[in-house]
Amino acid sequence: MSERPPGMLMTVLGIGVALLYVPLLVMIGYSFNASPLVGIWGGFSTHWYRELLDNAQLISAAWLSLRIGFVAATAAVLLGTLAAIALVRFRQFHGRFLLTAMVNAPLVMPEIITGITQLLLLISMLHLFGWPHRGFLTIVLAHVTFCTAYVTITVQSRLGTADRSLEEAAMDLGSGPVRAFIDTTLPIIAPALASSWLLSFTLSLDDLVISSFVSGPGASTLPMVIFSKVKLGVSPDINALATLIIAIVGVGVLVAGVLMRRADKRHQLDLQLAAQ
Amino acid sequence: MFLLVFFLIPFGFALAISFAQTAIRVPPYTDVLSIDHRHHLHLLLKLDNYRYLLTDPVYVLSYLYSLKTAFFATLICLVIGYPMAYAIARTSRGTQAVLLLIIILPFWTSFLLRVYALEGVIREHGLLNQALLWLGLIRQPLKIMHTNTAVYIGIIYSYLPFMVLPLFATLEKLDRSLLEASADLGSRPWRAFLDVTLPLSMPGVIAGSMLVFIPAIGEFVIPTLLGGADNLMIGRVLWDEFFGNRDWPVASAVAVVFLVLLVGPIALYQHYQSKELEGHA
Repeated sequence: MSERPPGMLMTVLGIGVALLYVPLLVMIGYSFNASPLVGIWGGFSTHWYRELLDNAQLISAAWLSLRIGFVAATAAVLLGTLAAIALVRFRQFHGRFLLTAMVNAPLVMPEIITGITQLLLLISMLHLFGWPHRGFLTIVLAHVTFCTAYVTITVQSRLGTADRSLEEAAMDLGSGPVRAFIDTTLPIIAPALASSWLLSFTLSLDDLVISSFVSGPGASTLPMVIFSKVKLGVSPDINALATLIIAIVGVGVLVAGVLMRRADKRHQLDLQLAAQ
Repeated sequence: MFLLVFFLIPFGFALAISFAQTAIRVPPYTDVLSIDHRHHLHLLLKLDNYRYLLTDPVYVLSYLYSLKTAFFATLICLVIGYPMAYAIARTSRGTQAVLLLIIILPFWTSFLLRVYALEGVIREHGLLNQALLWLGLIRQPLKIMHTNTAVYIGIIYSYLPFMVLPLFATLEKLDRSLLEASADLGSRPWRAFLDVTLPLSMPGVIAGSMLVFIPAIGEFVIPTLLGGADNLMIGRVLWDEFFGNRDWPVASAVAVVFLVLLVGPIALYQHYQSKELEGHA
């Protein structure tokens, strides 16, 4: 598979990649534009970044989004891992089919439907129990729901490769089932947990549609604030904000990628050593 | 004990999800919300909402329009994404990893911001128009923003990575010796591609198309930001009905019909598809 592919294919690949990146590069370029008018270059300036720091609304929205993302991702990893264990370890149980369907449902459901149904559920819960009021908590609940689906699938595939006999050996040596799981299986699925946490965190940070439905007055996440600004047209400080986000995400993904590859190599090496 | 803990908690949670999805299908729910205490009126009102959907052509049109848009956007994604995936699959392992990272990276940045970034390119004085003007290909700037073309461009731009990744996954596993065999038997490369590569990569084609089609059909952000005021994507109609007109029962009815007509068949199809795959393995 390593001979040079034909030129035509590489050209299409090049064009495709360029298509993906040109808009982002244009936006990054404009974020340093001194002129507030788009399409007119007014010289290099970091004016919009300073403006960004003074925008209290954006800052508080960003802080809210980060908190929601942190809580939602953590809860989703916990629940998703439990669901994955149930699906991988216990082949037959009542409701296995239902659980599989429920795990996959948020993935095939358009966001707007998920949003509207969750809002109706939350409202009827409020109606029946007087809890929860719309705001931070409801957004977290909604995010946990769809993030759990992604976590379950990621962890499920990793757990499928984990060797059950290690855990059994630990139990034979006198560990309790939970202890045995923590000592043997957990380190093996740790990379999957880390990557699904990151995925959940970004999905939660990025979500607009579902958050808009389930949020209440006073709880505007970062995408909601950005959306309401962007709807009115181009605003240069959003360019600056987007550039910052792209920079952070870019560095984050690169670092995570390198770390994960290293961990994966070590895992492969361990497997080889174990086989010898 | 072990079983109980690791089984009941996620199960209880899953039940909550299912509740969320059936909530709108159970009449009392929406009705409790919409007109509170007069219980005997509810069922009647419910049917009215559905009849309303049929009488107002806006809804039928927007279902058809969404279907059409999502279908063609998926097709174009496939046409662009297939050669890209094929090219990546035929490079060396190290290059593959780097190229995949390049394809995935935009996906990790904000979706909303990427759609917004696109506006900078296709706007009246955006990069695309300026480049075309400079090349002398057009005399006047093209009006792309706030048209249906912009919506297509937006969907393709946003969901292209979703098409490339599953295609790559199947193309990478493809057994090259089959291609060599067909070449030995006298097939031309193009013919061999049609006879061998394309049929074998069908699972990837289907998976990628699903990943693009499903979010595209309910898309709200792209038609709102890039499309014109008259754009009829169903996600947008639903949103306006819900937030604009505050007509929750009708919005719920739209959602239910949407779910039954469009998402239901896809989910069923996918279910049988995966069953079939399991049967093969």
